[in-house]
Amino acid sequence: MSTTMNPSQRRAQAGTTEPAWVRYSLIGVALTFMFFFLVLPLAAVFTEALRKGLDAYWQALQEPDAWSAIYLTFITALIAVPLNLVFGIAAAWAIAKYEFTGKAFLTTLVDLPFSVSPVVAGLIYVLMFGAQGWFGPWLQAHDIKIVFAVPGIVLATVFVTFPFIARELIPLMQAQGNDEEQAAIVLGATGWQTFWYVTLPNIKWGLIYGVILCNARAMGEFGAVSVVSGHIRGQTNTMPLHVEILYNEYQSVAAFAVASLLALLALVTLAIKSVVEWRHARELKATAELPQEMPSA
Amino acid sequence: MALFSLARSHKAARVLPGFNITLGFTLTYLSLIVLIPLSALVFKTFTLTWDQFWAAVTGPRVMASYRLTFGASLIAALVNVVFGLLVAWVLVRYNFFGKKVVDALVDLPFALPTAVAGISLTALLAGNGWVGQYLEPMGIQLAFNPNGVVIALIFIGLPFVVRTVQPVLEDAEKELEEAATCLGATRWQTFSRVIFPSIAPALLTGFAMAFARAIGEYGSVIFIAGNMPMVSEITPLIIIGKLEQYDYAGATAVAVVMLVISFVLLLVINALQAWQRRHTGAPA
Repeated sequence: MSTTMNPSQRRAQAGTTEPAWVRYSLIGVALTFMFFFLVLPLAAVFTEALRKGLDAYWQALQEPDAWSAIYLTFITALIAVPLNLVFGIAAAWAIAKYEFTGKAFLTTLVDLPFSVSPVVAGLIYVLMFGAQGWFGPWLQAHDIKIVFAVPGIVLATVFVTFPFIARELIPLMQAQGNDEEQAAIVLGATGWQTFWYVTLPNIKWGLIYGVILCNARAMGEFGAVSVVSGHIRGQTNTMPLHVEILYNEYQSVAAFAVASLLALLALVTLAIKSVVEWRHARELKATAELPQEMPSA
Repeated sequence: MALFSLARSHKAARVLPGFNITLGFTLTYLSLIVLIPLSALVFKTFTLTWDQFWAAVTGPRVMASYRLTFGASLIAALVNVVFGLLVAWVLVRYNFFGKKVVDALVDLPFALPTAVAGISLTALLAGNGWVGQYLEPMGIQLAFNPNGVVIALIFIGLPFVVRTVQPVLEDAEKELEEAATCLGATRWQTFSRVIFPSIAPALLTGFAMAFARAIGEYGSVIFIAGNMPMVSEITPLIIIGKLEQYDYAGATAVAVVMLVISFVLLLVINALQAWQRRHTGAPA
C-alpha cells in the first residue's frame, strides 16, 4: 500500500490513519471473520458435493428429479424476473420522475415484501388460493390448481423478489433528474423514444444489477416456495426444495451436488455484480474527468 | 385511489409523458401481488375470536419461539454491527492483497440461497464437520441448538451492516480527521468523537435491517437449529408446523404478529434512513 504513495501523500496521511500494527491486526481480524463465515461455508458446499468423487457428483446431477427441479427453477425465474422488471421500470419512472401526494407511502409499500418473512409470504397465497382460501372453492370447481402447483410457486417467487429491481432504479433515476428526458421531449422525441434512447442508457448498469440480484433470489428462494409447493417430487420441487428433501433423506452428496449448482449461480451473480460496479465506476470517473464546458469569450 | 392523485396545478407543468400509465400499472401490480394477499392474512384472523387469537399467539411453545427468534436475532445483529463495521472500515481505509475479491464476497449471503447456506453451515459445525470436530472436544456445540440459530443469522445479516456503513465511510471528510489530529486528538479520540458519530446513523440502520431480516429468516436456520420445541424452534417454523396440522387460523394469527413486527421495523428503518440523510446532508 505504502509503495503506491509518494512521500508527501504519506505525510498527509500520517494524521488520518493508524499505526501499522493496528492496521494489520484489524485487517487480520476482519479477514479471519470473513474466512470462517463466508469462505468456509462456500468451500464446504463443493467439498461435500465431491466427497465421493466426480462420478457420484455427476450421477447425483443426472437424477430425473434433480432435472425437473432445475427445470422448474428456471421456468419460475423466467416468469418472475421479467414481471418484476416491467414493474420495477414502471414504478421507478412514476416515483422518480414525478412529484405526487403519497409518494413516500408508495415507496414504503414497494419495500414491504423485503421485510415480510418468506414463510408469511407463502402463507398469504395459501389463504388466497388454498382449498379453504378466498378463491379455493371457485378454483376447485373450475379444476384450476394454484397452491401446491407451479402457479403458486411462481406467485410466491414474484412476491419475495418484488422490490429488487425497483429498489435499484428509484434512487438512480432520482439522482439523474429529468433534464435529459425533458430536452428529448422538447426536441420532438416520443415518450417511448425518450425512454429507449435517453433514460435506458443512463440506468443500464443499475438495471443489470437489479436483474441479476432478482434472478439470484428467484432461483434460490426457499421459505415462501416451501409453503406453497406441496413438495411433490419431480413436479413442484424447485432446486432449493430438492436440496432439502435429499438432505433430510441423508443423501448428503446428492444434496450438496444440487446445492453446488446454486452456489455456482451465487458466484456468477457476484462476479457479474462486481464487473457491473467496476464498469459503472469507470464511466462515472470518465464523465467526471471531461473538461467543463466553458462559454466562449 | 385518491391518496395518489396529483394536484391539478402540477399537471400543467409536467412535460414527461407516461405518468398515468406507469403509476396505474404500479398500483395495480402492487395491489394484486402484495396488498390484496396481505389483506387476506388480516381478514383470516377475523374468523377467530379475540380469546382464540390471544391463545394462538401466546401459547407456551409460541412464546418460547419468540424468545429464541428475538434473542438470537438481537445477538446476531449486534455481532454484525461490530464485525460489519470492522469489515467496512478495512475495505474503505486500507489496501491489501485480494481486497476486490473480499469486497465482492461480502454480498455472498445475499446471493447464496438460504437453504444452501443452511446445509453448509450445518456440515461445518456438526460434530464431524471441519470446524465442529475441533470444538466438540472442548465441549462447544454450535449446531442443533440455539447457538446454531445465532450463527446462521450472523451469516445472513452481515452484508446489511457492511453495505450501509461502507458508502458513508467512503464519503467521510478526511479534513475533519486532519483537523482533529492538528488540534491534538489521539487517533482513538478522533475515531470515537469524530468518525463514529458520523457513521452512527448508518450503523443503526444496518443493525435494524439485519435484525429485521433475521426475525423472518427461515431457510438457513431450520437445518442448523435442530428444531426442538421450546428450545430451538423459531417463530416461522411454528407457522409451518401449524400449517402442516391444517391449523390455518392459528398459523395466520402468528403470521399476523410477525407481519405487524416487520411493518413496525420497516417504518423504523425508513425513519432511520431519513435521519441519516439529514445527518449527512446527502441523498443516500
